[in-house]
Formats: sequence, structure tokens, C-alpha cells
Amino acid sequence: MTEGTNRRDFFKKGLFAAGAATAGAAAIGFAHQDENEISAGEKVKLLSQSGEIIEVDKADLKMAAVNTAEALEKITTGREGIPGRKFTMVIDLGKCRNARKCITSCQKMHHLPEDKEWLNVKLIKDNEKAAPYWFPKTCFHCDNPPCVKVCPVNATFKRTDGLVLIDNDRCIGCKFCMAACPYSARVFNWDEPEVPEGMTHEHYSPETSMPAKVGTVEKCDFCPDMLRENKLPDCVTACPNGVFYFGDENEDAVTNGDETVRLSALLSDRAGYRFMEELGTRPRVWYLPPHNRMFPYERGFKDLPEEHVEMYNDYLNSH
Amino acid sequence: MNIKDTSTSLLKEFAPQMGPWSWKGKTAVVILSAILLWGLYALYIQVFKGHGVTGMRDNVVWGLYIANFVFFIGISYAGAIISGILHLLRVNWRKPILRIAELITVIATIIGPIYILLCVGRLDRLHHLFMYGRIQSPITWDVLAISTYLVGSIIFLYLALIRDFAILSETNEIHIPNWRRKIYKLLSINFRNTPEQVKRLKLTLDVLSAIIIPTAIIVHSVLSWIFGMTLRPGWHSTIFGPYFVLAAIFSGTGVMIIVMYVFRNIYNLKRYLTDQHFRYMGYMLIVLAAGYGYFTFSEYLTDWYTSEKWDAELIDKLFSFEHYGWWFYFANFGGILVPLILIGIPKFRSVKTIVFSSVVLVAALWIKRYLIVVPTLENTLLPMQDLRPEYISYSATWVEWALTAAGVAAFILFFILMSRFVPIVPVWETSEYLEEIKLKTSDEKVLSEKRAREVKQESISVSTS
Ligand code: SF4
Repeated sequence: MTEGTNRRDFFKKGLFAAGAATAGAAAIGFAHQDENEISAGEKVKLLSQSGEIIEVDKADLKMAAVNTAEALEKITTGREGIPGRKFTMVIDLGKCRNARKCITSCQKMHHLPEDKEWLNVKLIKDNEKAAPYWFPKTCFHCDNPPCVKVCPVNATFKRTDGLVLIDNDRCIGCKFCMAACPYSARVFNWDEPEVPEGMTHEHYSPETSMPAKVGTVEKCDFCPDMLRENKLPDCVTACPNGVFYFGDENEDAVTNGDETVRLSALLSDRAGYRFMEELGTRPRVWYLPPHNRMFPYERGFKDLPEEHVEMYNDYLNSH
Repeated sequence: MNIKDTSTSLLKEFAPQMGPWSWKGKTAVVILSAILLWGLYALYIQVFKGHGVTGMRDNVVWGLYIANFVFFIGISYAGAIISGILHLLRVNWRKPILRIAELITVIATIIGPIYILLCVGRLDRLHHLFMYGRIQSPITWDVLAISTYLVGSIIFLYLALIRDFAILSETNEIHIPNWRRKIYKLLSINFRNTPEQVKRLKLTLDVLSAIIIPTAIIVHSVLSWIFGMTLRPGWHSTIFGPYFVLAAIFSGTGVMIIVMYVFRNIYNLKRYLTDQHFRYMGYMLIVLAAGYGYFTFSEYLTDWYTSEKWDAELIDKLFSFEHYGWWFYFANFGGILVPLILIGIPKFRSVKTIVFSSVVLVAALWIKRYLIVVPTLENTLLPMQDLRPEYISYSATWVEWALTAAGVAAFILFFILMSRFVPIVPVWETSEYLEEIKLKTSDEKVLSEKRAREVKQESISVSTS
């Protein structure tokens, strides 16, 4: 395949993601489709603005982006968002039992060592009367990101599709973004990171965050390389309880891999909220309050080593 | 005696400090160099092994280094007030202590930013600051402000030195090796003390000191905004700018007094660094301590009174003896009350107590900087829940301590070396000052004689009428 066709395919995928949504498949907008299959006469299902499912011919879909050299450059450096999209996540706190599958799959996907968590699950107790609950925390990809504001070299940036990414080729490692992030979402490569064999020469892109580099910052990136392929981020598919819903605000749809729901309806029916709204960071990650819980919080202690449980109990005792 | 003769005699008096090394001087240099080398070894380890050798981790991303950075930039204020404010106000007693103040400024402004560099994970990419610099980032503000300040202070120090260089290159009174004489000659850029040259030099110094004041204020304000511009309890405070500026002047004056005392004793400069100087600087300390205490009080009072959850947690940590209590009380009470009491009450006031208060307040302000940086970073909004203790609370490693000690050693070493190259008491300005005093006293004599005559005449006329 020549580079030219590569790029064209790429755009078709982007376009597909922007316009098409196959409702019957596992996920709206995330079913992987080979562009070779796109031919006249084939229909795709789309979710209209009013929420109806409509069918259009694939051949009628127009490209969303203009194929200019500049646009390509931006995409290959990972700085331009996927056209027409606005990614968002909803985390259902009522379903989480600290299975930690999201964490391990994230670590596997990004080749992280065991003690480096881009995503973690906290045990939270809001006040002395409240019952504790498990709180999975990714990067919130804020719309008013404090980390992006303070970066002196534009190494961390906000994209049009809502993602906040880091270019570890440019990062000077001042850690200002880490100090500025109120959610402690960022981690630093304090020592030479262990890069698995075969990854060392991988061409770096902020979209894959691989390979990691010493003295630079990294964090949860919402797996943009998967998104480009219309796949869900790994934590979403890995969760056995369907805690994570991921989707596109423009389509007003999110899915946890099992069910696909309308974002606005989900948030309004289930009283969705954003963590510490008062900080004004406008996160792109929403939470559904932990009511009607599927599991008692102690279930989260099940497969944990003794010292972990102790740590959590210490926390509960002090709150 | 005219200024020239005065300066020649002064020079003779200062000659020993620029002559051969005493054994004390030699030992000091050896010890300081050893500490410096230890620091360089630590630096080598940090650069080649990564920042993992420090106590900094994902929660406490900054530690000792940033505290040192704020501290050194803070003491650089010595020059800003003495050569800036006092210069513009034409306070004449500043003249003999000018050089010490300016040296502190330049040396501290060189050492301070090195600590920020020690926090940077990728020193090999520093040029990115210029290639991709974003003006929205407080770090960019800092880079711009500090480099301006440094250049400005170096120029000021140099210009104020020109006349002394000229004197040194010409004098036959003291022995100066030829190569050194040549350097002085070169540095004096042909200053021959013509009225035109003197006029221009004075004007330039006036303008520069007017520029130095706002620059210094900007430097410490943007520095405080590195903290103030984040959403962190304890940092996100509107008074941080002025608070930092005042703290900087306070600690700068303190260091100034200590350095004056040390030099006065080792070089026997009692005649020039007089008790009067210490008293004046002591008065300044009282005012500064009161102002600084006021800021400290309003900062913690507002946080404590409203007791927002995160603020309250931080305040608890700072005030409780299990955490930072001792340090906190020393920094915020010791550093303020000791100078207020020891200098404020005339009975206690002496050169020794003024110097002692300065030592206490300088130590207190260093700890204060640490207490601004570390506890806030340890106090995350989400519970930390990490099994690795070093990720929860910070404790500096030997690498950080070594580099901290190296910074202090470098400061002193720089000072010793500079004091051997240029007179630590500015020859020209001091002679000018001494002449002025003489003039003033003789004027006063004339005046009082005149007054006495008038009184006499008046009494005569009264008695005759
Ligand atoms: S650590 Fe890197 S990404 Fe973060 S602010 Fe500094 S340069 Fe930017």
C-alpha cells in the first residue's frame, strides 16, 4: 500500500467515525469497518439529532476533513483531533467493585509497569455518615485544562475532539502541569522507563504515548489510536461490570460495550455530575452517583493483598 | 583632603583583603570547594540516573529545590532595596554597604535559577523554551523576568565598579600584580573621572536603579504566581504576589546584615560598616517583620476562619505537632517575633542581637518556603491511597541536600573570590560619603557659629532696648 492510499483510508475512517454509527453493532460509532467494504448500495445506520435511527447509503457520506498537507502534518503529530468528534466518558459509580480490570488492561495496552497507573480506583468516603464507594479515575480531559494553561512549551495540548494529550518529544519535564492538575492525573518518568523489546524504535506519537521517555510526563490519553480505528478505549471494554461508558457528545451517545445509551438522557435521568465542578475545569468525564449499588464496597477488598486492604481501612478510619 | 586622597588612603586600608591569602581564607576555600564538589557529584548522579534519586515523586513533584529557588531569589532583594530604593531616596549611609548588596543580588540571582533547572527532567530540551515558548505559562514569565533582572543587576554592579576599577588600575599605593592591573584597566573602560563621564555615570545609575525596583517586584510576583496560578489549597491565594515580595525584602535584608557582620569582622571594617549601619538596617527589619507578620496573619486567618475542606486539612497539618507544627511555629512566630522583640525594644538592641535576629529570620524564611511548597503538594484533593510511602509524603534525599549545601557553599565561595578581586567596600562611593560627612560637619560648625553670633547680637539688642 502506498502512503497516499494509506492516508485516504485513514480519512475514510475518520469520516466514518464522524458520520456513521452502526447501532446494531457493539457500539455506536465504534464498530470497526474495513473501508474496502464501503461500496455503493450498502446502508449505514445513523443516529439523527432528534435521536432517531436513520439509514443512508455509505457512498453518500462526504469527507469531513480537507486533505491538505497542513492537516496531515497536524494529524501525524497527533495535535489535531479526530474531525467532528467530541469524546466523553461516563463512569457509573453504582457498578464498580474495584475489580481493577480497567487498570491492568490499561497497563497492558500502554506497556506500563505494575506500579504505574494512568487510571486508578480510589476508595472514597464523602463524609462520616456516607457509605464508601469505589471511584475509578482517569484523566478528565478537561475543557478548561489547568495543565495545558501552564505548560511553557505547549507539550501538553487540548484537541478539537476534546482530548488532552502530551507530546513527550517536546516535554521538558518541568512538572508544572502535575502541580497544576488538581486531580493528580499525571505521572512522571522518574527513572529510565522499561520499554518492552520491540517498542524502543517505535515511531513516537502523542496518540500512542509509546515509547515512554525518562524525564517526561504521561497520563491517561483515552487511547486515541483505538479511537482512530473506531474502537473503544481498553478500560471500557475490560471492565466486567460495564462501569465505563464512552462515546461522542456530538452523537449524544455513549456505550459501555454492552448497551448504548443517549448521553443526555443518561446524565439527566441518573443525575450525572462532574467531580469538583466548582473548580471550573469542566471535565469531559462524568460520574453517575453511587446509588443502587450492585455490590457492597467490601467486595472490592476480595482479591487484594493484605496491605492494600489495610491501606483502605486506614483511610476509612480517618474519614 | 579631597576625594582622591581619601580614596587612596581607603585603598591602603583595604589592601590586605586583596593581598595574599591568609591560612583561614585558604581553609575556607578548600572546605567550600569540597562541599561544591560533593554537590557536583550529586548532580552527576541525578543527571545520569534520573530524578528517581531525589525524594520527589508524582504527588510531591517539587521539593527542596524549589524552596531553595525561592529563597535565593528572595535574598537577591538585598541589592534591589539598597541600590534601588535607597539610591533613589539618596540615603547616603548606604554607600559603604552598596557593594555587598549588589554582590548578594548578582550571586543569588545566578544560583537561584540553577535550582529550577534541577527540577527539570529534560535539561537537554531547554531550548524548547525558546522554540515553542508559550507566553501564557508562568514559567515563561519567570524566564523573562529573572533573566532581565540578572542582566540588570550585573550591569548595575559593573557600572558601580567602574570608578573603583579606574582607581585600582592607577594606584601606586598598593601592590597589584601587572596582569591584574591590566584587567582593571580593561574593565575601567577608560574612565578618567572627567566631569562629563561622572555625570553620565551617575545618570545611568539613577536610571538603572529606577528600573531595578519594578523588575525586582515583577520577579518575585511572577515567581509567586507559579504557585498562585494553580488550583491548590495553600497556593491559590490572591495575596501571594505582595506576600512573596515582602518576604523577599525581609530575607534579603537579613542576609545583608549577616554578610556585613562577617566582612566587618574578618576584614576589620568597623570604621566603614559602622554600628550605625546595623542600627539602620535593624530599623528596616522591624518594619519588614511587622509587614511580613501582617501578611502571614491575614493569609492563615482567612484560610482557617472559613475552613474550606482542603484549606482546613492543610491548616491542620501545618499547625499540628505531628506534622509540621514545630517548623511552622518557628517559621511564622520565631522569624517575626524575634526581630520585633530583640530590635524593637531599645534595651535589647545591639549589633549582636540585630545579627542574631537576622540569622533566625533567614532560617525561618527558608523553612517557610519549604512549608509553602511541600505540605500543599502532599495535600492532594483526592485521597492518595498509595502503598509506596515515598509517593505519599516527601523527604529529601542526600542528593537534594548535597545540592542545597553546594548552593550555599557556592554563594559564600563566590563572595570570597569577588571580595578578593574588588574592594568589598566601594572605595569611590565611601570616600565621597566620608567627604560629605566632613563637609556637613564643617557646614554645621559654620552654621552653629553663625547662629551663636546672632543669638549674642539679639541678646545685646534686647538688653540695649
Ligand atoms: S512537564 Fe512537560 S507537559 Fe508538563 S508543563 Fe512541563 S513541559 Fe509541559
